[in-house]
Formats: sequence, structure tokens, C-alpha cells
Amino acid sequence: MNSRMSRVVGALAILLLAAAPLYLAPFTLTLLNFIGVYALVALGLVLLTGIAGIISFGQAAFMGIGAYATAWLTTRMGLSPWLGLPFALVVTGLGAMVLGAATLQLRGHFLALSTIAWGLAIYFTFGNVEGLGNFNGIRDIPPLSIGGWQLLGSDQIYYVIWIFLLGAMLLSRNLLDSRTGRAMRVLKGGNLLTESLGINAFAVRLATFVIAALFTAVAGWLYAHMNRFISPTPFDATMGIEFLMMAMVGGSGYLLGAVVGAAFITLLKNSVQDYLPLIAPNAAGQLEIVVFSALFILFLQYAREGIVPYVAGWLPEGKPKRPAESEPLPPRDKPATGEPLLSVDKATRRFGGLVAVNEVSFDLRAGEILGLIGPNGAGKSTMFNLLTGAMPVSGGRITFAGRDVTRQPQRAIARAGVARTFQHVKLRPRMTLLDNVLLGAYTRTKSGFVTGALRLDREEERRARSEAMRQLERVGLGDRPYELAGNLPLGTQRVLEIARALAADPVLLVLDEPAAGLRSREKQALGELLHNLRKEGLTILIVEHDMEFVMNLVDRIVVMEFGSKLCEGEPAAIRADERVQEAYLGGSA
Amino acid sequence: MTAQIAAILTIDGVATGAIYVLIALGFVLIFSVTRIIFVPFGDIAAFTALTLAALETGQVPGTVGLTVALAILASAMEVVSLLRSGQRDRIPRRLLFYLVLPLVPAALVWASGSIILPMPLRIVLSLALILPIAPLLDRIVYRPIADASVLLLLTVSVALHFALVGLGLLFFGPEGVRTKSLTDYTMILGGIPISGQTLLIVIAAIVFAALLFVFFGFTLSGKALHATAVNRTGARLMGVRPEKSGTIAFLLGSLLAGVSGVLIAPVNTIFYDSGFLIGLKAFVGAIMGGMVSFPLTAIGALCVGILESFAAFYSSAFKEVIVFAILIPVLVARSYTAVHSEEETEE
Repeated sequence: MNSRMSRVVGALAILLLAAAPLYLAPFTLTLLNFIGVYALVALGLVLLTGIAGIISFGQAAFMGIGAYATAWLTTRMGLSPWLGLPFALVVTGLGAMVLGAATLQLRGHFLALSTIAWGLAIYFTFGNVEGLGNFNGIRDIPPLSIGGWQLLGSDQIYYVIWIFLLGAMLLSRNLLDSRTGRAMRVLKGGNLLTESLGINAFAVRLATFVIAALFTAVAGWLYAHMNRFISPTPFDATMGIEFLMMAMVGGSGYLLGAVVGAAFITLLKNSVQDYLPLIAPNAAGQLEIVVFSALFILFLQYAREGIVPYVAGWLPEGKPKRPAESEPLPPRDKPATGEPLLSVDKATRRFGGLVAVNEVSFDLRAGEILGLIGPNGAGKSTMFNLLTGAMPVSGGRITFAGRDVTRQPQRAIARAGVARTFQHVKLRPRMTLLDNVLLGAYTRTKSGFVTGALRLDREEERRARSEAMRQLERVGLGDRPYELAGNLPLGTQRVLEIARALAADPVLLVLDEPAAGLRSREKQALGELLHNLRKEGLTILIVEHDMEFVMNLVDRIVVMEFGSKLCEGEPAAIRADERVQEAYLGGSA
Repeated sequence: MTAQIAAILTIDGVATGAIYVLIALGFVLIFSVTRIIFVPFGDIAAFTALTLAALETGQVPGTVGLTVALAILASAMEVVSLLRSGQRDRIPRRLLFYLVLPLVPAALVWASGSIILPMPLRIVLSLALILPIAPLLDRIVYRPIADASVLLLLTVSVALHFALVGLGLLFFGPEGVRTKSLTDYTMILGGIPISGQTLLIVIAAIVFAALLFVFFGFTLSGKALHATAVNRTGARLMGVRPEKSGTIAFLLGSLLAGVSGVLIAPVNTIFYDSGFLIGLKAFVGAIMGGMVSFPLTAIGALCVGILESFAAFYSSAFKEVIVFAILIPVLVARSYTAVHSEEETEE
């Protein structure tokens, strides 16, 4: 869909929504209200699960916190429901921050399990606190009112609900299209790439978790004043999984998936409640949950992607415009050619009793291209991980641009201007080439969550996009910026990784076995690209297994064997060195 | 609190904890072989208790209906998939396994009508009735997505639990049950009475923990099962069939859950949905063991039982809150000690 058509469809949809009370029966409007409230929760889950890859079964508990917060403030303290909103946001946000700080270090299923645990703990808390009405809940919650006019009918609160939902969707859309949004999307594939881009993965996870909780708190606030009665039951584990189901069925990678999923599940539930008694008059209530769970399981087995991407696949694809030329991002300060840049002094790394890197020392000057070679198992990759901070050294010192970076985390070294590529290519296959390269510019840009969500980052974003486009062109991929990275062949993916590294305007570019697994044609193209970079005066450290590939490229070579440095020198000297020949061929050749 | 109260609470906690040990061991067993976090495990225990109670009163337990429904579904899926792959000749054998075998105990119960059998027979029969459920669920629910991520399998498990709770209400009804005591024996130790039931629970937990430890550590089939967990493809190349390993794990696990159900039924009133909380608490113990170590799991589950017993003494309303809240520091501590495989969630 092109942008004009999608704008027309969007405007039509909003018009239809705005006029809904005119043509829909009150009962249908009530359903729409529930859909709106649930969609807010599901929207948080889309950001959390679909975008950032964190599965939470506990969102219902957050919704409960929001609802109980406002219910308590309005019934026990007698304050206005409008004050209930900031109160619900603050309480839920703080709760999410504490829980997130405690649990977001966990990985994969352990994290998901912890959400069941705290979800249940919060649910039981609601049911056992005297001041919150125990399991009986809180009744007579005041309705929302505007200037003395109470929003009692389902057609009145309807507007409040959908304005909040559309607002939240707009903010989320802006956010996803910004620097921090891209950082959120990188999280899904693991920490190694994320941190190597200079992104603080934990901080972004925590922020995403809190944002999802805040959306959910708004849903809880709306729910409390719409229903005007709350009890612990709607915030239990069943509801937690139902929310997850909404997000996943709708399409957890898509904002619209939240609304579609919430609508689909709510309407399905409603019709199941209508028709089940006809099929099984005595057991309808019991069967409802069985039918639902079975449908969800079938969905997870056969159609994990969800409704929205399925439908989107049928629509004509739009052609987004190429990013416009814009003035470049400010360049980094770089040391003058010939100045010492990187110094490794007796770096050592032990794994238990095994010494993978044993007191290796070498220096690298600005503008130089250094090759680090050695046979399989020589410790090259470990050395590489020590340099980039992916792994801490057991001993020794590493200095970069005059700064001691020994034991600095990966992201600090990335921020200092070291950009890397990976031996096993790490891209985000579901992101476009342009977005993948934009990730590289993360350390050169500043806008945060709020500026991104409010679109105050456009100037910087324009410059970053233009920069990313330039890098794509530089490596020869400028003709298809909106292709998905996953569609590229391996050789081109490696080139894309280099473009991403270049977008960081690196002081030092570190390449980890860039030629591994490439066909000879691809290898040749890569060689040409690296020669061009060399001509531009970039400082490069290249770790390689393939001797031929590095020989013509580098100024100097360091050879490693069995974790130690074997020798160091110019390519010709290394080629003639008997020790090197022995290491590679097991005897002089 | 006096020393005597503390002792009584501890004994109580050990008895509860021992129940959790049995279920937690099952969790770890199934997880370490299939990578499935089988959330409905507590439901299996609760269903066993309900089955035993029904047999005591001479009713046909709901398990019969449940097993028949699952067996028919699993057989249908099996036949369809065999027909599709053109392996018509294997159908009778599979039908024997998925349809006939699961229905044997059901048929026996049905045939015995309203005759009330002696206690040991009732227990054996309940266990036999409950054993096919988990392997059948494995065939129906998990087999089509055996290679999916742990996270997806977990999501499926949670959904499956809710389906089972609904089915439980349908087949067993809403009434809670409590079965007859297994023994009237009481032992006095240092002035504190310990019931024979408690002793039975603890002995069962110790015996099964030891058996599992030996099975996995020292026998070839145990190691084959473990190999499946570490690397399905690798295990397949070594001649281990992952599907078969999975079925064995589910059978063994169900046996553990079943035994715990039999043991808990005389002590606690069990409802169709009691399994969730029992299962999750056992789970807290299993996580303490990192989902891999049997001895640590046993210790963890015991700790949960004791903690619950003391929490109930101080604040009975908040005992659930305390038990689940304790999981968070435990998980965090584990995340610093456990070795993660980087990029496990790669797209």
C-alpha cells in the first residue's frame, strides 16, 4: 500500500470509529469499549513480545495495579478519577521498574516463568489486602466526568477509550520509527550484536517493559471507571494468557495486530458464549475455556505470525521513498595517521585451566591495516572478543586511543569508536537494509524514547538516514535500501555488516573472518571493497584464517599459534617465515 | 514461636515439600528430555486424586472419558499423518499404541462397574488410568511443534493447562474430594507426632529421587534420554528416537505426578483446578534446581514446602504471595550462576 492510500484508509477508519455511536447498538459499543481497553494491553505486549522478544504472562497483573490504584484513590480518598490516571501510571510504572530491574537479566523461558510468578503474587495480593476489599473487590467507583457531566453510558466513555488507544498507537508508531525503536527491535536476537552497537541492552529492555506496563496501566484505569467495580478475578493468570493470545493472534510484530487481535478474541469469545450453550447446554462455561485454549494451541502450531501479516501479504506493496540527501552527522575525532591507536599489552584469557590467549602483545597505528592470522584454534577469535570487550581479559592491558579500555563493557568500547563485524553474520533479517545500517549510527545519534515518540528527532533522523544511505552506496548496495536483510545471500550480508560498521564512522574497524564461507566471486568483491576502504585511510584490524586473502591487503601481520603470538611483520616476511609455514602446513613447504 | 511449633511446622513443610519434590522431579525429567515446560503437570496430579476418589465411591472416574477422547484424537492424527506419508503398513502398530493400550485401564474400570475394589488395586488402577494422558497430550499438542523454541513450547503449555482445567471441570465436576487415609500409623518422635502418611510421602520422594538419579546418571537409556534434550539432531544421528524418548519421559513423569496425587489426596481436599498451584509451587523448586539437576530440584522443592508451612503460620492470607515472590530472587540468583547459550532467541 502506498502512503497516500494508507492515509485514506486510515482516515476512513477513524471516521467510521468516530461515528460508531450513531449507527451501532449500545451492546456492540460496549464490546468496542472492551476491545479498546484490551487493545491497549495488547499494544504493550506487541512492543514487549513482538518487537523486543520478551514474553510476559503477567500483563493482567499490571492492569490490576492500574485499576486498583485509581479505584483506591477515588473511593477511599475521594479524589477525581482524572487524578487517578497519573496515580495509576506512577504506581504501575514504579512497580514495573522494580520487577523489571529484578527479572530482566533473566533469559528466555526463565524470564517468561518469572512473569507467571509475579503475576500470581500480585493477584493474590489484591485478594488478601483488607483495604482493597479482599476477593470482593471495590465497588461504586465513580465514573469519569468532564465539567460536571458524567460519562456513564457506553457511548460516552467510548470516545475516551479510543482516543487513548489511538494516541498510544501513534506514540508507538513514532517510537518504532526512531533510534530507540530500532534499538528495541535489535533486542529480539540476543545481546551480542546489541551491545556491540553501543546499545545498553538492559536499559532498553527495562524501558520497553515499563512502557508496556504504562499502556496497561491506562487500560486498567479505563477499565475501573468503565466497569465501576473491580475484583481480583479479571486480573488473574487466565487473563494474562488471553492478552498474550490477543497480541499473538493479531500479529505480535505489528501495532495494528494489537487491535485486530483484541477485536478478534473479544468477538470470538462473545460468539462462543452465544453458540456453545446451543451445542452443549450443560457444560457451556467449562467448554468455553477449552475451546479457547485449543484454538490458541492450533494457532501456535500452524499460524504463528498472526492475522495482520497474513492480510498484509495480500495487499500491494508500497514503495517508500529513498531517504533525502541531508547534511552528514558530525564526524568523530580521529587520531592523525601514524599515531598509536590500539595497544594490546600481554593480554591473557583463561577458560578454567585452558589458556586460550597467552600474553599476546601488539600495537596498531592510525591509518594502518593489520592482519591477525593463525591456524584453527590459535586463539584469534578469543583475542578478537577481548579487543571488542565481548569477553573480559584474565590479565594484561588494552589501550585504545589513549584510554585504558581493559574490562570495559562492549558498548563502551563501541562508543569509543570501535565497530565490528561478525564471523557468523549477525543482522536482523526482518529489518530492511537501511534499518540495519542505521543501527550502526546509534552511537553517533542521541534522541531518546520521549523525543522519538513525540517526533522531535526528525532533523537528526534525516541526517542519520542520509548517512546510512551513503554507506549503503559506498559498499554497492544503494539500489535497494528497503529490501529485507534476510533476503540477501551470505556474501552480500557480510558486505551489509561492513556498511553497518561504517555508519558508526569508526575510528577502528574490526573484521572477524570476513571471507569465511564466501564463494570465490564473493571473496573477490569483498577484497575490492576492503582495498577501497584502505585507500580512504581507514584503520582496520582484520582477523582472518585465509592467508591469501589478507596477504595483498594488509600492511602488517601478527601470527598467533596455540594462544601465543608466533611472530609479527610485513606480509612478505611472514610468507617466508619458516615458523609460520610450519604452523600452517605442519612442516616447511 | 516455640521449638515445638517450629518442629511441627517443619515436619508439615517437609511433607508438603516432598509432594512438590515428586512433581518437580517430573518437571525436570520432562524438560530435560523434551525441552517442554509441562505446566499442566500439577493437573495430572490433581486428576489422579480425583480418579482415586471416584473409584473409592464406586463411580466411573472422569479420567475414563478424558482418556477416551484424547486417545481417539491422537489416533486420528497419527493415522492421518501416516496416510499422508504413505506408511499405511504401520497403522495397526500405532493404533495399538495410541488407541488400544490407553483404553485398557479405562475398559477395566468400566467393566468393574460399581464394584468397590480393595485399596491397593484402586491405587494401581488410578495410576494406570492417568499414565496415558500426558503421552497422548504430547502426541496431540507438542509433537507437531517439537522443534520450536522453549518459549513457544512454554506458551503452548500454559494454554494447554487452561484447556485441561476446563476439561477437568467437565469430566470431574466442581466438587472437592478427599480420599481415605492410606495408613493409620503414627510415630512419636521427640514428643512430636508424625503421621504414617507423612512418612509415606517422604519415603516415596526419596525413593523416586534416588531412582531418577541412578537412571539418568548410570544407565544407557537414561543417557539416551538426556542426549535427546541436549541435541535432538545429534541424538537422532546416534540412533536415539526423540519421539520415543519423549514418550518415555512423559510416562515416567506422569507416574511421579500420579504417585504424588495418590499421596496428597488423603491430606488435602483436591478440586479439579487444584493442580495449578501445586504444580507452580513444585515448579519454583524445579527452577531452584535450574531445571537440570535432580538433587538440587529435590532440595529446592523441600525448601518451598517448608517456606509455605512457615508462611502459612505467620500470615495464612499471604502464603501464596510469599511463595511466588520468593521465586524472583531465586531466578535472579540463578541467572548469575547459570551458563546461557548466547543468541538462543536468534530470529
